Amino acid sequence: MAQWEIVIGLETHTQLTTASKIFSGSSTAFGAAPNTQASVVDLAMPGALPVMNIGAVERAVKFGLAIGAKINQRSIFARKNYFYPDLPKGYQISQFETPIVQGGGLTITLDDGTTKFIELTRAHLEEDAGKSVHEQFDSESGVDLNRAGTPLLEIVTEPVMRSGKEAIAYAKTLHNLVRYLDICDGNMQEGSFRCDVNVSVRPMGQKEFGTRREIKNLNSFKFMQQAIDYEVRWQIEQIEDGKKIVQATVLFNPDTGETRAMRSKEDAMDYRYFPDPDLPPLVVSDEMLARIKAGMPELPEAKCSRFSSQYGLSHYDALLLSQDGATASYFETAVNSGADAKLVANWILGEVSATLNREDKTIEQSPVNAVRLSNLVARISDGTISHKIAKTVFEALWSGEAASVDAVIESKGLKQISDSGAIEKIVDEVLEKSAAQIADYKAGKEKALMSIVGMVMKASQGKANPAQVNDIVRRKLA
Amino acid sequence: MSWNTFATVAETVKELDDKKVSAVELATHYLDRADALQPVLNAYVTLDREKTLAEAKVADEKRAAGDAAPLLGVPIAHKDIYLIDGWRTTCGSKMLENFVAPYTSTVVKNMTAAGMVTLGKLNMDEFAMGSSNETSYFGPVKNPWDLSRVPGGSSGGSAASVAAGLTPASTGTDTGGSIRQPAMFCNLTGLKPTYGVCSRFGIIAFASSLDQAGPFAQTAEDCALLLSAMAGFDTNDATSLDRPKENYSRDLAKPLTGLRIGLPKEFFGEGVAPGIAKAVDEALAVYRKLGAITVEVSLPNVKYSVPAYYVVAPAEASSNLSRFDGVRYGHRAAEYTDLMDMYKRSRAEGFGAEVKRRILIGTYVLSHGYYDAYYLQAGKLRRLIAEDFKRAYEVCDVVMGPTAPETAFQFGSKSDDPVKMYLNDIFTICANLTGQPAMSHPCGVDENGQHVGMQIIGNYLDEARMLNVAHQFQLATDWHKRHPNI
Repeated sequence: MAQWEIVIGLETHTQLTTASKIFSGSSTAFGAAPNTQASVVDLAMPGALPVMNIGAVERAVKFGLAIGAKINQRSIFARKNYFYPDLPKGYQISQFETPIVQGGGLTITLDDGTTKFIELTRAHLEEDAGKSVHEQFDSESGVDLNRAGTPLLEIVTEPVMRSGKEAIAYAKTLHNLVRYLDICDGNMQEGSFRCDVNVSVRPMGQKEFGTRREIKNLNSFKFMQQAIDYEVRWQIEQIEDGKKIVQATVLFNPDTGETRAMRSKEDAMDYRYFPDPDLPPLVVSDEMLARIKAGMPELPEAKCSRFSSQYGLSHYDALLLSQDGATASYFETAVNSGADAKLVANWILGEVSATLNREDKTIEQSPVNAVRLSNLVARISDGTISHKIAKTVFEALWSGEAASVDAVIESKGLKQISDSGAIEKIVDEVLEKSAAQIADYKAGKEKALMSIVGMVMKASQGKANPAQVNDIVRRKLA
Repeated sequence: MSWNTFATVAETVKELDDKKVSAVELATHYLDRADALQPVLNAYVTLDREKTLAEAKVADEKRAAGDAAPLLGVPIAHKDIYLIDGWRTTCGSKMLENFVAPYTSTVVKNMTAAGMVTLGKLNMDEFAMGSSNETSYFGPVKNPWDLSRVPGGSSGGSAASVAAGLTPASTGTDTGGSIRQPAMFCNLTGLKPTYGVCSRFGIIAFASSLDQAGPFAQTAEDCALLLSAMAGFDTNDATSLDRPKENYSRDLAKPLTGLRIGLPKEFFGEGVAPGIAKAVDEALAVYRKLGAITVEVSLPNVKYSVPAYYVVAPAEASSNLSRFDGVRYGHRAAEYTDLMDMYKRSRAEGFGAEVKRRILIGTYVLSHGYYDAYYLQAGKLRRLIAEDFKRAYEVCDVVMGPTAPETAFQFGSKSDDPVKMYLNDIFTICANLTGQPAMSHPCGVDENGQHVGMQIIGNYLDEARMLNVAHQFQLATDWHKRHPNI
C-alpha cells in the first residue's frame, strides 16, 4: 500500500436555502405531494421561460466571499443538453465556461491537529433535476418534478486530497461552512448536501494522475469513508493485477460496502453546451457585492481565534466550539447569560455533546437551552451544587422533569451541604464504622482516606461539599 | 348588418366608439367569413365560436359600463404559436395537435387587457420553420391574391387572414422574416419590433435569441395601435426590456422632410427580381417627393446573414425543441419498447421533415469539436453585422430596401430545395441577428401582379419613427388599400 498515492477531488451539490426555485416562483420545500410544486416553468411547458432568482445569486456570492474566491461579476448560464424523463426541458441550465465563483479554498483540520489548505476550482449555480419514481407503478415509471429547478451551488475542488481522511475532513468543513453561512440546510438525508468523489491512485512520486472513477451521490460521511476505502483498495488491486482502470461513474452500495460502475465514460455524452439565450449574462453589481460583504457573518476561523483570546479557551476547544454556527451561538449565549466561559465550554464539549450524540439530536434541538446550561454552570461556580450533582440536574432538565435549574435543585433536595457542623456529624457516623480503614490510613495508606471520603459522600447522597469533607476527615484523623 | 370586412383597426375602433357596431356583431361577422373561407384558404387551425362570442359579449358589457380600453371589442386572430389558456395551441405541428395551453402568453394577455377579442388560432409553418407555409402539419395556407401561390411564412395564416378580410389584424412572430416576408406576399404592413420590446413568455420558442412578436395589419397606423397594446416589460421574460410603455402612434403625423434614408448597396444588387427593383425605386421616388433624402450606405457583412442564421437558429431550435419528448404532453408514440424507443418514435412521428432537418443541423453545429467553428463564429458575425448598421446610422435615420428578393412564388416551387427557400429571407434575417426593429409595407406590384414590400430597418427602439415613415408613405399612396377579390 505504501507505494501508492491516493488522489481525491470532490464535487459537492449544495441545495441553496431559497424559498423558491432558481428560475421559477415554485416552492422548494421538501416532501410535498408529487408535482404540486411545479409551475409551467418547472414543467417545461411550451413558451415558458426561466427568470433568475436573485436569492440564489446572493448565496453563491456569500460562499465565494467566505472562501476568498474570485467573484465573477459577469457569469454565463449555459444549457447542458440531454434527454431524461426527470429533465423536463431536455437540458439543464448550469454554468459552464464562466462560473460565478472561481478559486478560493478551505482550511481543514485533521484529527491529529494538522491543517491543510484545500483549493477549490470553482463553484457554479445550476438547477436540480426532478425525480423518477419507479416503485409505485407497474411496469411504468413516474416523474415527480417538485425538485426540478431547485437551486444548487456545485462546489468543485482541485484534486488535492491525498487520503479518505482528508476528503471527509474537507466535506465536514464545507458542510459546516455552508450551514454557517446559512446558504444550505446541510440535510444529507434529504439530498441538500450531496458529494461526488473523484478517486484515483498513482505510484508514489509519479507526476501524472491515474485514471479516475467518480463515486456518485454519497449521502453520509460514513458512507463516503467506506466508499473511498473500498474504491482505493479496488483500484490498487486492479492495477497490481495488471488491469487498467477505466474512467467511470460508480455507485456505492451501503449494504455491501462496495462500489459498482454504473456507466463508463467511454460512451461519454456530448452535452452540446451553449450559452442559454433565455438568460442574459448574470451581473453582480458593485453595490450588490458591497451589500453582501457588509452582511457576512463572522467566519469559523475568525470565530475560533476570537474564542481563544476573548474567553481564554484552548485552541482545540475554541476550534470545536466554532466549527458550526449553532454550537458557537449556543456557547456565546450561555456565556453572555453570566456563566464562566471555560466551564461552559467543558459542559458543551462534554455532557451536552455526549447526550446529543446519544440521542442523535442537533444542538438546536437540545432540551437544555443555552440559558439553562448557563444557570446550571453558575450554580456549580457559586458552590450550590457539585459537578456530580450538576449532572443529575442536567439529566432532569433534559428529560423535562422541571423547568429551571433551581427548581430541580429545590425539588430534589440536591443543594450541596456546606454547613461544616452537618458534614462533621456525617463524618463522625462514618468513622465509627470504619476502624479498618482508619488503621490503614494511620499505617500510611493514603488510599484509605479516599475510601472514607467516598463513604461520607455516599452517606450524604453526594450533596456534601467534597473539599470540606476532605478537610474534616483529615483533621479528625490527624 | 353590413360590415366592410376590410375596415382597418382604426376605422373599427371608431365604429365601435360611435356605437355603429357591437363587438358581438363584429365577431360574428368575422367568424362567419372565416368559416366560409376556411376550405379555400386554410388560414385557421382552431376556431372556437363559443369562446370568441363570450369574449365579445364581455367587451360589449364593458363598453356599456364605461370601460375605455383603447381597442375594446376589436377582433384579432393569433398565430398558433401563442399560448392562450384553454385554447388548443399546435404550433402547426402534429406534436402539439391535441395540446391545450394551460396558461396565456403575455402578448395575448396585453392585447386582451387592451380590449381585443380573440377570433382564433392561425395556421403557420411547423414550429415557425419555413418561408412558404408548406411545412404546416395542418396543410398550407393559400395566398388570397392567388391561390396557387404561397402566402409566405412562417406567419402565413396571420398574413392571409388579414389580407382576405377574415380579421382586421393578427399577431405573428418573426425569427428570420416570418412577419415581413408574408406581409409583402399578402400586401400588408407587418412589424418586427426591437428584440425585447414584446415579451416572449408564452410564445413557443423557435430560436430564442431571434424570436420576436409583432403585428400584421393593413396600415402602419394600425400597426402602431396594435404594438402599443402588445409591447411592454415582462418580469416573466429575462430578455424583455425594462422600459416604460410607449405610445407608438405619437409620431405618425410628422412630415418626412429631411428624413435620411440609407440604401445599402448590398440590398440592390443582383438577385433582386427586376419587378421588385422597379417597384422599390418608384417607392423611393415617392419618399423623396415627401421630403426624404436617400444616401448610399454599405453593410459589408450582411452577406453572411444567411449562413450565420442557419447556424444560430437551428442550434437554439435543437435545444428548444428537446422538451417535446412525449413525457409530459404532446404526441407520444402508441407503441414503444423502452424509454429510448419512446423518445425516438414520439419525435420521429411528431415532427415534420423541415423541423427534423433543423434539429439535425442544430445538433451538429453544437456538438463537441464543432461549436467553436460554427456557433461561436456565428456569434462574431452577428456583432460584425451590428457594427455595420451602427456605422450606417451615422449617416441615415432608417435603412430601406426590398423585403424579399422574389414575390410570392408557386406552391412546390422551392419545397425540394431548402437552400433556395432559405435565400428568400436574405434581406430580413439581418435584423433578427442584430435585434433591430424592421417592418414591411406595400409599395407596388411586379409584372405578374404580385406584391412588393418595402422593408424599413430602424435603429434600436426606433419603432415610432419607422411607423411614422410608413404612415406618411401610405397617406401619399394607395398600394395598401388594394384587396383581393375573394
